[in-house]
Amino acid sequence: MTIIALGPLDLGIAALLIVALAATVRWQRLGLEGSLLIAAARTVIQLLLIGMVLKSLFAETRLLWIALLALAMLLIAGREVAQRQKRRFLGWWGFGIGTGAMFTSSFTVTLLALVVIIGPTPWYAPQYAIPLLGMMLGNTMTGIALALERLTQEAWRERGTIEARLALGHSAQEAMIPMRRDAIRTGLTPIINSMAAAGIVSLPGMMTGQILGGNPPMTAVGYQILIMFMISAGTGFGTLIAVWIATRRLFDRRQRLRLDRLNTPQ
Amino acid sequence: MNRLRVEQLRTCINPPLTFQVEAGACVTLQGPSGCGKSLLLRALVDLDPNEGEVWLGERARNTTPPTEWRRALGYLAPESRWWLDRVGEHFSHQGETISALFTELGLPTEALDWQVARLSSGERQRCALARMLAVEPCGLLLDEPTANLDPASTQLVERLVMAYIKHHNAPLLWVSHDPEQVQRLAGRALHFNAEGSLQEGPLS
Repeated sequence: MTIIALGPLDLGIAALLIVALAATVRWQRLGLEGSLLIAAARTVIQLLLIGMVLKSLFAETRLLWIALLALAMLLIAGREVAQRQKRRFLGWWGFGIGTGAMFTSSFTVTLLALVVIIGPTPWYAPQYAIPLLGMMLGNTMTGIALALERLTQEAWRERGTIEARLALGHSAQEAMIPMRRDAIRTGLTPIINSMAAAGIVSLPGMMTGQILGGNPPMTAVGYQILIMFMISAGTGFGTLIAVWIATRRLFDRRQRLRLDRLNTPQ
Repeated sequence: MNRLRVEQLRTCINPPLTFQVEAGACVTLQGPSGCGKSLLLRALVDLDPNEGEVWLGERARNTTPPTEWRRALGYLAPESRWWLDRVGEHFSHQGETISALFTELGLPTEALDWQVARLSSGERQRCALARMLAVEPCGLLLDEPTANLDPASTQLVERLVMAYIKHHNAPLLWVSHDPEQVQRLAGRALHFNAEGSLQEGPLS
């Protein structure tokens, strides 16, 4: 079975829908047409660029190039996590905690899936490695960003409570139990919800793509289950690691709450 | 010997402070708002970064694990904080000692089952004092513990705390704005002067 390739004309018709939407929005004076068109243009440009990168990567499978692309993806995701924090850690920690946690969880889980489960030859075959890593990073990023945001906000808001517990001789870890629990729950809720709703409320994007690409539905289902489990494990462990490091960083060696290590939003 | 000895303690606003509180003695701490009274207490119990050394008896702060130090040196913040629903859940143990503390503070023993949200600010403050004394610290730092209390409760708190330090031979540092209270309680009074250093002051 071969997939029906799309030509410029086909995409042009789809683009007309966006133009029609922009015109309607403008007519309604909603002031959204600008950002709508810019976002649509970004979709085209960014996807064309990554398409060309993947094309040349697929043509010549070299571990170094794949590793470089993976590194770039990791750094961009790390920057995204840091930028979503209202009160992020000052210095390199703001970037480092999220990036380190994502690296540890996403790369380990992706490696496991590639080497042990899927087993393409070579194991770093970009057709498998890049999309898997992309999905892992995308979801882990969201979980870690949500969890860190929640943790720092809660520590800030509950400063009095935390210090009251410290003053009674509780350890920093004990005093942070409620805030850590909240943060981890916040980070994991989206992925737990999407596992619970998979197939009923939504057909996951990857499975839809594979079916459109002409693969038998059961193969697509198999991959989707694999992906869901990988994403959940990656997000879960990534969030746990990030929250663990961040909690430690919120206190110093004398177990004093150090909110001065967070930046103050303007 | 449970003397509280402070040497060259540097908080973020004060010059180095050196002073002592004898075992079993009550020393009051006075000065205008913003002079660093609360910061000094927080530094002693090691909640804020600071330099210098503090001894409680033979125990030196910088070589004592922070949790152990804070259990030894009880600190009562001006505003009490609670993290669970019921008062009693904040006590690591319950028993006759705790019930006795509540009775002496004019609170019924059933108060242990009360919802924290139900307490008045005065009840909350007295419960917080009981919670702190239940840990049985060897020294006390109180930051305006009676600011929200009526005269009758104030008297109960003063009586309980003074009995505690006599019984445990514990040093007590008490931040107070009330000259009459200082006269009633203090063996010595420390005042913050304009430069932010401490000096012995009159007891009124």
